[in-house]
Amino acid sequence: MEAFYEWFRWLYEATGINLTIFYDAFDRNRMISGFWMTVRLCLLCIFFSIVIGVVGAWLQGSQLKWTRRAVHGFIALFRDTPPLVQIYFFYFGLGALLPRVDNAFGIPEPILTNVQWAVISLSLFAGAFNVEIFRSGIEAVPKATVEAAEALGYSRLRAYIHVVLPLAVRICLPALNNNIVNLVKTTTLAYAIAVPEMLYVTKQIWSDATNVPEMMVFLLLAYVFLVGCVVWVMARIERWLKVPGIGL
Amino acid sequence: MPESAVPLLRLRDVHKRFGAVEVLKGVSFDVAMGEVVCIIGPSGSGKSTILRCINALVPIESGSILVDGQEVNDPALDKLALRRKVGMVFQQYNLFPHKTALQNVMMAPIHVLKQDRKAVEERAWALLKKVRLEGKEASYPGELSGGQQQRVAIARSLAMNPELMLFDEVTAALDPETVKEVLVTIRELAEEGMTCILVTHEMGFAREIGDHIYFTDRGVIVEHGPPKTFFVEAKDPRTRQFLDQIL
Repeated sequence: MEAFYEWFRWLYEATGINLTIFYDAFDRNRMISGFWMTVRLCLLCIFFSIVIGVVGAWLQGSQLKWTRRAVHGFIALFRDTPPLVQIYFFYFGLGALLPRVDNAFGIPEPILTNVQWAVISLSLFAGAFNVEIFRSGIEAVPKATVEAAEALGYSRLRAYIHVVLPLAVRICLPALNNNIVNLVKTTTLAYAIAVPEMLYVTKQIWSDATNVPEMMVFLLLAYVFLVGCVVWVMARIERWLKVPGIGL
Repeated sequence: MPESAVPLLRLRDVHKRFGAVEVLKGVSFDVAMGEVVCIIGPSGSGKSTILRCINALVPIESGSILVDGQEVNDPALDKLALRRKVGMVFQQYNLFPHKTALQNVMMAPIHVLKQDRKAVEERAWALLKKVRLEGKEASYPGELSGGQQQRVAIARSLAMNPELMLFDEVTAALDPETVKEVLVTIRELAEEGMTCILVTHEMGFAREIGDHIYFTDRGVIVEHGPPKTFFVEAKDPRTRQFLDQIL
């Protein structure tokens, strides 16, 4: 490993291509922590946005007019405003209104950290799209199939969990994949509220080492790798869910 | 059937409308335990709607439907309790396409009746064997023929141990060759004493299997009788015209 790192030092000395993140332990650790922060943001936001999508799509089919209207309002708000504005709204707008609590040293702190605000904000943003994506899947499930479940004594909720949702997910998976890829890329906006994710640490590193072009190329490739992983996992899930006779 | 027997199913003056169209205009009939009843009639005469009213898939406007003493036309109806007693098989099978044949049969007893998985699985194997689908347990609906799918649907319904089975034109979507395999299954059920109501266009089958034939047209029961007399002695001109066209 050491030889690998030293090669980059040699590369710098020989060509001027300065990738401090390999041969400099401090920069390397910054980049590693930034990478894991991005991964953590992605996993949390993907999870919560899917939960929001599934629950929202269920509520959208509610008998109650006001429940449906609330879901429509939520979608309008989070789909039709820029995600960066949403992050600012939560962190600077809502965050400032919330009371502060004393930490272990008696210093007042915000209830929610910037990382938590980023997770909340990005989950709601992607969740709004997921509601619509799941709805499109649900509407494509034949009514007769749902009726068969009803005739077997399934309640609306049980039919949703065991019949409608599993079929809807298979139908809307390609659209869901797109949204998740978008979400992974959108996590870079957390930079704006100083969440130390990959873009943020990259900026720190190039400020110190003045190696902007190298870091830009590296960052681009890092996202190609990250999104590539996500796409690979989603393709695996798609194959795993594939069932003969369902048009996918 | 003995006249004194309390019928398993009793319809009295059932009315149903979809918007401006009155589909059922006062339908009344009884079905005794173990009886096989066939409902025939032209398209749009309300045959399927009768079945869908019996298991409360659609609400009725007025009248009474008693299933084993339970009133279906009651806002406080326990639909689950009703649907445990009434099984239904559809024209388009309506299997759950993401589950194997065996899982299709097992799902409702586990999810709805909360029965023990192991016992349910044993019963599901037996039911698939009964409908002659041994070896197809792990097949998905998309891998089965129409006739095979329909027999899975019958097994799925039987898994709930219903007292009454409703068959809604279950052979109408099948190839002529596969119709027979489904009819054989239904005949066996009838012979075992299962109470059945069939909406069907298979006149030969209705004649052979039915204890009683009902002819519906434009939302009313025009005429009815045991098959022996019904098919030869039907008097109403509408019945005659229908039978002449189809036989």
